[in-house]
Amino acid sequence: MIAEDDKLIDEIVRRYGGEPGMLIPMMQDLQAARGYLPAGPLRQLARRLDVPFSRLYAVATFYASFRTEPRGRHEVTLCVGTVCFLKGSDRIAEMIRREFDVAPGHTTSDGAFSYQPVNCVGACALAPVMVVDGEYHDAMTPEKARSLLRALDAPAEAPGEEAAP
Amino acid sequence: MIAPGPTRLGSRADLQRRRDALARRRQDGARRVRVCIGTGCAAKGSRKLVERFAEALASTAGDVEPVRCVGCHGFCERGPIVVVEPGEVLYQRVAAGDVEEIVRETVRGGRVVERLLYEDPATGQKATTAEEIGFYSAQQRIVLAANGTIDPRRIDDYLAIGGYEALAKALFDMTPEEVLSQIERSGLRGRGGGGFATGRKWRSCRDAPGEVKYVLCNGDEGDPGAFMDRSIMEGNPHAVLEGMAIGAYAIGSAEGFIYVRNEYPLAVEHLTRAIGQAREAGLLGEDILSSGLSFDVRINRGGGAFVCGESTALMASLEGRPGEPRAKYVHTVEQGLNDRPTNLNNVETWANVPAIVRRGGAWFASIGTGGSTGTKVFSLVGDVVNTGLVEVPMGISLRRIVESIGGGCKDGKAFKAVQTGGPSGGCIPAEHLDARVDFDELARLGSMMGSGGMIVMDEDTCMVNVAKYFVAFLRDESCGKCTPCREGLAQMYHILERITRGEGAPGDVEQLERLGDLLADTALCALGKTAANPVLSTIRYFRDEYDAHILEHRCPAKKCPGLFDYAIDAEACKACGLCKKACPAGAITGEKKVPHEIDPDRCTHCGACWDACPFGAVIKV
Repeated sequence: MIAEDDKLIDEIVRRYGGEPGMLIPMMQDLQAARGYLPAGPLRQLARRLDVPFSRLYAVATFYASFRTEPRGRHEVTLCVGTVCFLKGSDRIAEMIRREFDVAPGHTTSDGAFSYQPVNCVGACALAPVMVVDGEYHDAMTPEKARSLLRALDAPAEAPGEEAAP
Repeated sequence: MIAPGPTRLGSRADLQRRRDALARRRQDGARRVRVCIGTGCAAKGSRKLVERFAEALASTAGDVEPVRCVGCHGFCERGPIVVVEPGEVLYQRVAAGDVEEIVRETVRGGRVVERLLYEDPATGQKATTAEEIGFYSAQQRIVLAANGTIDPRRIDDYLAIGGYEALAKALFDMTPEEVLSQIERSGLRGRGGGGFATGRKWRSCRDAPGEVKYVLCNGDEGDPGAFMDRSIMEGNPHAVLEGMAIGAYAIGSAEGFIYVRNEYPLAVEHLTRAIGQAREAGLLGEDILSSGLSFDVRINRGGGAFVCGESTALMASLEGRPGEPRAKYVHTVEQGLNDRPTNLNNVETWANVPAIVRRGGAWFASIGTGGSTGTKVFSLVGDVVNTGLVEVPMGISLRRIVESIGGGCKDGKAFKAVQTGGPSGGCIPAEHLDARVDFDELARLGSMMGSGGMIVMDEDTCMVNVAKYFVAFLRDESCGKCTPCREGLAQMYHILERITRGEGAPGDVEQLERLGDLLADTALCALGKTAANPVLSTIRYFRDEYDAHILEHRCPAKKCPGLFDYAIDAEACKACGLCKKACPAGAITGEKKVPHEIDPDRCTHCGACWDACPFGAVIKV
């Protein structure tokens, strides 16, 4: 694993010519490769760039898109932009918090999905929008969101599931 | 399916030859199907349509061109949108099952499929083309002109409509000074929010001492409910690149960066592809068209922080640091990215530049009003019939946008307010609907132009709750560097939270106003300085709603939980039991065939019954 980490960090640093100003793209690439920012490779990156680890940590915790813990099997993004909010996404957020016991930016205890509310996905004609593994689901309600999330790991289509648009 | 980009264009003559060759290939009257693959239409299944059309058209003989993927048409409400040439027949809400019929009837037979046409909800009249639809007819499109007609993934499509000719004109027919003066004459003001004069910014950056200068494109469109820039980056990325190259020539820069929001994967994909193609064609890189100008562009994806739309925060982010703004007594045009002179403009601003260079600053200045020239793209969203992107001349009235283009409020509800300018903007009530949309007029009304979000709210909207939403948004997005913003917003939220729980006290509104003034006077950056706008503008126009919450513990719009009750309309209740099943508090009683009832003492006001009832029998009282 350590050798693998070495290789990965090496590749990423080389991709950007070792330019410390490109720290954020490098961290984005690391996250794309590993799904999150594991502490080990992140420390290696800091050493390679000769940048204090604290700065990488500051960046990782400042920007909403960086994660410092492993991801669930599915990615669930709920839009809580103004239009989605006006059309009831706050009630969907409340349902997810209550019934799946997951806080924003975290993963359900069974690892089924990671949950991230975002400010706007820019698809307001579809409001309220929930994006599951990159697929946009429009006109969400707490009910529709619930059955969608419950059916995430179900093989093929569970009976009674809303067909994805 | 996508043909390789053109070979390197070594001169202006090469560019013209290429365009002529493309124009010859583009026969008039050719039969072609255009499918929108913008985020809105794609989410409604337009990718599948592209596949189906490709299959169906492959078996069609004759002069039928391959299916063309195009960027956002703006009419997202009615997506997926399909347009058939010749005749520009516009089909809306097209499903995969409709593809065969469209190919058989319209493409092969030249007949219109009536049922897929747009029907005016008021008159019942069917519209065959975009021009016949009210949503489009009041618009004037400069920035969005090519959206919906060209494939954003093919540089040839852009070259065929005269793309990069403005760049050639600037490089060969104009001095940098002449380009600058045309931009100044156009009166173009920044489309990202500040409304600063673009020409003046360019000149300051050009005049700033320093060898290395940067031009930046702000694609960190963070305002919720706004997707103008996304649609431009997705639908016509080369226009942005061409604008930046012209800016680089005028300013004297060789390096450009585009900072794109993390939530816009398709925009990143299309821009990345466009940059690659432009480099290959010699329209970016060393010695562009043998003019001596060298300029290249790189893309950076944002990390997901609203504050990075602020210029100094964006530059900090590009330097690999957390996006915290700094005080601007030293301007970024003198010391910006890496402490070098930096010119930052928004996506829409850059996309206006090629048209201005092509047609002249005076032409642009003839559109709009004296202080606000040209057009502006708005994303018209919320409780409005036609959600979508609209491009209108500056100075048009809010009423025309909301009523003529937007079709008014949904479901016959009454209009309450339109929120402009993003989270730091303001809410404008019905009595000011005839106000003209320009930078100064909106500011006078306590709102602002911002980047062009326009969120329509109907009578069911609680304005106190809306103010709370925006304050919560800004509190979460505040970088925390300066105290007024970090602590002030938290306090404002706290007060608003109390008010919406029915625990407000007399004097709360005045306290909110004091905090708002404090923020405007003392916060470090524009985010904090304008953060109180949503609160101040709702107090200004909807004071009665604040008073109802505070003095009567009542939410007039019946939105704030606890400040109204749920009840069951016995006449409408079918005793199906769904509400009883949904209630987490066991507050609903009732037997089969007996209308159900809610016990107000046990009800937690969660609204689960209201969601569950299919008959509308659960009512708010």
